[in-house]
Amino acid sequence: MGSDPIFQMSALTIGYALLFYAAAGILVLGVLARIWRYARTPQPLKIPVPPAPTTRGGVVLRMFAEVTLFRSLYRSNKWIWLFGWTFHVALALVLARHLRYFTEPVWTWVALIQPFGKYAGFAMLVGLAGLWARRVLVDRVRYISSPSDHLMLALLAAIAVSGLAMKYLAHTDIVSLKAFFLGLMRFDWQPLPADPVLLIHLALVAALMIVFPISKLLHAPGVFFSPSLNQVDDAREHRHAAGWSARLVPPGAAEGR
Amino acid sequence: MAAAFETPPLGEYPVIPLVHEGTMAHSKPFVAKPEHQKGVGFPGELVPDWEKVAVAKLGELVSESRALRVFLDSCVKCGACTDKCHYYLGTADPKNMPVARQDLLRSVYRRYYTLPGKLFPKLVGARDMTKDVLDEWYSYFHQCSQCRRCSVFCPYGIDTAEVSMAARDIMDAVGLGQKYSNEIIGKVHKIGNNLGLPEPALRDTLEGLEEDVKEETGVDVRFPLDEKGAEVLLITPSADFFAEPHIDGLIGYAKVFHAAGISWTLSSHASEAANFSLFIGNHDNLYKVAARIREAALELGVRRIVVGECGHAWRVAYSFWNTLIGPFDFLDPRYPAPQHICELTWDLIQRGALELDKSANDDKVVTFHDSCNVARASRMGAVPGGQFTIPRNVIRACVNKFVDMPAETIGATTFCCGGGGGLLTDDLVELRVKGALPRMQALQTVVDEQGVNYLAAICAICKSQFTKVLPYYKHPMDMIGSVHGLVSKAIVLGPKP
Repeated sequence: MGSDPIFQMSALTIGYALLFYAAAGILVLGVLARIWRYARTPQPLKIPVPPAPTTRGGVVLRMFAEVTLFRSLYRSNKWIWLFGWTFHVALALVLARHLRYFTEPVWTWVALIQPFGKYAGFAMLVGLAGLWARRVLVDRVRYISSPSDHLMLALLAAIAVSGLAMKYLAHTDIVSLKAFFLGLMRFDWQPLPADPVLLIHLALVAALMIVFPISKLLHAPGVFFSPSLNQVDDAREHRHAAGWSARLVPPGAAEGR
Repeated sequence: MAAAFETPPLGEYPVIPLVHEGTMAHSKPFVAKPEHQKGVGFPGELVPDWEKVAVAKLGELVSESRALRVFLDSCVKCGACTDKCHYYLGTADPKNMPVARQDLLRSVYRRYYTLPGKLFPKLVGARDMTKDVLDEWYSYFHQCSQCRRCSVFCPYGIDTAEVSMAARDIMDAVGLGQKYSNEIIGKVHKIGNNLGLPEPALRDTLEGLEEDVKEETGVDVRFPLDEKGAEVLLITPSADFFAEPHIDGLIGYAKVFHAAGISWTLSSHASEAANFSLFIGNHDNLYKVAARIREAALELGVRRIVVGECGHAWRVAYSFWNTLIGPFDFLDPRYPAPQHICELTWDLIQRGALELDKSANDDKVVTFHDSCNVARASRMGAVPGGQFTIPRNVIRACVNKFVDMPAETIGATTFCCGGGGGLLTDDLVELRVKGALPRMQALQTVVDEQGVNYLAAICAICKSQFTKVLPYYKHPMDMIGSVHGLVSKAIVLGPKP
């Protein structure tokens, strides 16, 4: 196959191959550019929100609890927490399970989570449905929702539904699909099965990758840069200065006091 | 004056109101006049091309604040904050939900600084910077007391206070300032305190206090001003010099210093702990006001700086002073710089340096209102949460009967008094009364169940605000008092028998 010239490939395969190269490029470079910007923007003042840790290690623990357990959200609203946490954990499992289509041989831990990952898709849908229901039913959340908030949920739900459809309703040619993605990664293109559900699933995933760096999905890298969560509460012990505050010259300081 | 309004009724338990659009759209503080604007370095009236200036200023602020940049990008509209703001709970106006308030500014940021907002504004809720938007900003960014309660509940720590400060800074930059805050900051620059109280008047007041305390206790408790070589420079809100019940707090500090034998002084140059520049989000003014304190400390040659009972002042002192006017390497390293008066008093109590007679406060059943800026933007003592335990320890050492309000309304999740963040002005009375609802609801619980008759606080704004709003909720206005007012009553002066 490797010697086959590209023009023998179907337009479909070429189109999706280019789409995924572009989507992966936009996702990686876009998020890196964002992270670079967050990291480069100074935070001139100390603004940790309590209960704020007084050590660096404490901040690591705090951040860990936030991103794995959604601690603040739990304190805030049990329903949003339940649906949001379910969705995110399920998504993580589903993503991990999908690694089997990009690795050969399949990593052991990926094989081990397969039984859970298979059902995580349903949990993902339940979480999304719960969040969506709140967006429609709770008047306060309905008020703050813009069309893009609904679209984002629709996109994620459609990805989950099309994925589950291939797992449980109409199996796709998963062996060829894996060959296609391994081919993409090795720059040795292989044909993509022309299964409509698969094509929908892949197109939606590519769309998600493309909008990631320019949408509210930026909360994923953003949370790590949030000064209210990642600053150490030690303003009196350590003089903090960055950006404009680093350029201040306090009165009397010039005389060496 | 604002139209007549009804004080919201207290139910048996707190309720989250249904959204009721536009209930507070009419609420606007008085606009700063050109002379007020000039005093703080802002244009006197709306500048030509103000839309462009506003958008450029927004870009500048985002580029110099990581917090603002991350907060504007990260919100997912999950709704966790929607029922956390006291102004939403008290007014039901949806634009008082933290996320909706942020979106007043985020929508403009999206329009001019994000790709989807430039391409599909309707889809992502992006808006052009128009006069209507500016007016809405003026109204609703002056319905945020920057108390940070929402940020505690946000999964990303998004702090609406940062957003409202940025919005006010932008409005000032285009010439639309708030009279109350800007006039006051101008007075500090000119005279040294919010009240515009010059040195002779201050000296007079302090001498009067010395006479009063002498009459009451028979002891010569001093209220020194500008005394070089004193150990401690006390920086306290100027309301402590005049207002009730603040003044009882000042008397309490003086008695503590007296009893412990600590020499101290006030400064006429830095006769103000408050720094309203925080409220308007302007760092030039923030620095300029704070700088007076370093100047005074160096001039007087003190070894310690202690800060009196004032919420946002303690935030600025604890969180920002070291950055703005530090390092404090000229001060005594054995003490925290700066130190809160409650830290100082509690330290002395622990060391047995104060004699306290709790029975002097037996007419009171006391509860404590955690002031937002102390609770959520600072600390006391060496461990997290000291800002909650230390003031309570001081109170418990001075009274026999102390109870706390319901847990979700104190500590890190305390409700703002309703008058913080530059809103403590008569042109916003309706907002202040309605915004006090959650606190009043919690207070009512302990009044009914435990017979509480005294609400102690460590913030000048809280004290003034409660004095004003307590009567609206059928409580006597003198129910509010200073923590050091309790100390003042309990402390036993003079030679031990």
